[in-house]
Amino acid sequence: MSNTATTDNAVLVMNDIKMKFGSNYALKGVSVAVRRGEVFGLLGQNGSGKSTLIKVLAGFHQPEEGSEVVLWGEKMALPLDPMLIKKRGVAFVHQHLGLVPSLTVAENMRVTSLGQKNPWFVSWRKEAERLSALFAEFNLDVDPLATVASLPPVERAFVAIIRAFEDLRASDAGYGGEGILVLDEPTPFLPGEDVKRLFDLVRSIVKTGASVIIVTHDIDEVRDITDRVAVLRDGQLVEVLDTKASSRQAILDTIVGSRIDAFAKQRMAAGAAPVTIRVDNLTDGNTPPFSLSLQEGEILGVTGLIGSGFASVPYTLYGARRGAGTLTVSDRKIDLSSITPLMAQRMGVALLPGDRLGAAGIGSLAVTDNITLPILDELSHLAGLDRGAMVKEAGRLSTLHDVRPHNPALALGSLSGGNQQKVLLAKWLRIQPKLLLLDEPTQGVDFGARQQIFKALDDAARAGTSIICASTDNEQLEQICDRILVFSRGRPVVELKGQEINRKAITEACFYSTDAEAAE
Amino acid sequence: MTTIDMPIQKPVSALSRFTLKTEAERFALVAAWLFLIILFGILMPDSFLSWRNFSTMFGSQAVLVVLTLGIIIPLTSGDFDLSGASILTMSSMVIGVFNAQMGWPILPVLIMSLAVGALIGAINAFFVLYFRIHSLIVTLGVGTFVNGVILWMSGSQTISGVSMELVSWVIMGRLWGIPLAFYYALILAAVIWYAFEFTIPGRKLLFVGRGREVSRLNGIPVERVRATSFILSGLISAFAGILYSGMTGSADPLSGLNLLLPAFAAAFLGATTIAPGRFNAFGAVISVYFLVTGITGLTMMGAHAYVQNLFYGGALVIAVSLSQLVRNRQPQDFS
Repeated sequence: MSNTATTDNAVLVMNDIKMKFGSNYALKGVSVAVRRGEVFGLLGQNGSGKSTLIKVLAGFHQPEEGSEVVLWGEKMALPLDPMLIKKRGVAFVHQHLGLVPSLTVAENMRVTSLGQKNPWFVSWRKEAERLSALFAEFNLDVDPLATVASLPPVERAFVAIIRAFEDLRASDAGYGGEGILVLDEPTPFLPGEDVKRLFDLVRSIVKTGASVIIVTHDIDEVRDITDRVAVLRDGQLVEVLDTKASSRQAILDTIVGSRIDAFAKQRMAAGAAPVTIRVDNLTDGNTPPFSLSLQEGEILGVTGLIGSGFASVPYTLYGARRGAGTLTVSDRKIDLSSITPLMAQRMGVALLPGDRLGAAGIGSLAVTDNITLPILDELSHLAGLDRGAMVKEAGRLSTLHDVRPHNPALALGSLSGGNQQKVLLAKWLRIQPKLLLLDEPTQGVDFGARQQIFKALDDAARAGTSIICASTDNEQLEQICDRILVFSRGRPVVELKGQEINRKAITEACFYSTDAEAAE
Repeated sequence: MTTIDMPIQKPVSALSRFTLKTEAERFALVAAWLFLIILFGILMPDSFLSWRNFSTMFGSQAVLVVLTLGIIIPLTSGDFDLSGASILTMSSMVIGVFNAQMGWPILPVLIMSLAVGALIGAINAFFVLYFRIHSLIVTLGVGTFVNGVILWMSGSQTISGVSMELVSWVIMGRLWGIPLAFYYALILAAVIWYAFEFTIPGRKLLFVGRGREVSRLNGIPVERVRATSFILSGLISAFAGILYSGMTGSADPLSGLNLLLPAFAAAFLGATTIAPGRFNAFGAVISVYFLVTGITGLTMMGAHAYVQNLFYGGALVIAVSLSQLVRNRQPQDFS
């Protein structure tokens, strides 16, 4: 294998990058080159090494001897110096954006002081004017004096990206006024329409002469935005593909190595099973009340545009958010204005929130601790908790759901997103809930793990669990749902079932329903 | 039908999880303690190594052990209780006023002082949970307020003449030469260890401390758990106060307050040992005796009284720093 990457017009060359954690190589000699003014994708499953490669470039991880990083023809000395790399004009936007929510946009943008002239006095008025002008350059309208917490997620991403772009301008990278902007998985928390806006911003940044490296595992995004894409697998570079010339399936097969078929569901017909779940007059206080019902073992998708009210459905039904109405689970009826999560659980209702480590599981505790939480009663004997049984059960569930690495003693937070989700899902599936509520169950999860999660959900549904899944991921809804309700203005307005369910129809229904409402 | 073929992976064997490094981390503080004992033993073989010295150390520091055990409960559920030492002093002052001054029988007074401790814990819980104020602020304020009440009750005087029965239960009664107070502390440590490790309430406490939203959505009554931990901390601190007055036969309005920082030092130091990364009962016990051994040894060698603070403060920072080096300086995560 040749370990050098050469490309004409390269602004960044990374040669034979080797990175070792303990005794494992996370990168086994990866070579890539990024051209001036292109959008370069880094694609791979969780654990393939794409994030590690970015962290090497950022100077967070020091690669082995012999690894080479060349910026604008200048070879960077090892160990890499993060500040020097930044000064040379490489700016990073990490997945969690690095913004302080309680501070204003202007304060957050001022954190990086590369362009600062006088450190002892900041005129916030001038700063705000300057920032407004900068946002306007990219057709963005963000109030520099608003707190970051008050912005919608996509605008927070804009702020982080523009801040990184400012660093590029301030750096001496000029080397012609451009630089390299690195986006590490910027989209998993954004709905489809916002991803489009974000990509518009990326395109206008490229127009200024900068190059962009984007790390992702979403194939459609790669096809949408990148010029070329490097596919990594198990710490090795598999191939660099020309995006325009490669089909979706070709890219997919390259990522996985062997062919993984997308999970395909056999949709359940109406009336095939008794109706066991009934929701009457549900409202979160602001929306008009509506009712819905589910058959036993049915998977119902709820979707719509952001703000259309579908997203709160799982939370109000579980008592995680205050609402009103009634929920009936196989003849047990409960008032939703006084339901608590504990009451919901006792009725056989479980919620898997979208915020994995903020709401669903504890990152600093072991997989065993997290996965056994709802079944501690079962794992106790007279003298208290049976620790041996807890470890055994965690091991069994990890095997059943193919959690990797298979070591339940690891902290949940040290697993990849997909594996975290498998653990958290396994936890709830273990108690065989009558109604399982999901919020974006595969956000930030790679393709292979996603199909495994879909399969697990389908198996649970076949065993009698009814599922409500709130999501804006149309591909996911198409793959797992028996029926889909599209929301507008806080209530369901379109119902899709059976043959009507496909990605395109869902998108159309989302927009059609809003248009129709607007026309009224 | 879908086939998802992924290479089979082997489960990691239990043996390979047992690494020398993690075991070294768990027992580093125990080793440091033994090292101190050997060092002072060589320097002062006659006085330091005597059973009398050790039995005095074990007995007299039982108060600090109990106080530390009290505060690790709210620490585990994610709250600070800075009022612990004030509750301790208050409880001993209740004994001083009602038993020594007013002559009430000792048993009802003991129950009363425990009740006062639990009540102050409940007041902490009310302000923290109802008004949603950070526990640091509430317990600092309540603790200071209680200090004022103590000075007022006692007229700023030490009250002596506490029932000899209490004194005999705490310090005069001995088993293998060690005052009974030491065994009370050990029993309490065992109970807390058991509760943390082997009971469902212990699990709930841990989850609430690590993530309140996660706990709430998993059906744990977060507020009830936090309130209970404040009340238990108050109750156990009051128990420490009972031992304190039994130890001296009197109630001192001030000296007990000095135990606050040593107790936190021992709690955090204890979280680096036995079960690193978690506040744990036996870690707390070992930390207290590690700190006390160092101080006793230095004092016996003729060091001045200020060595106490030097040692409590210095040992905490240095020991925690060393354990961080063992962990490759990963950020500590108690919360």
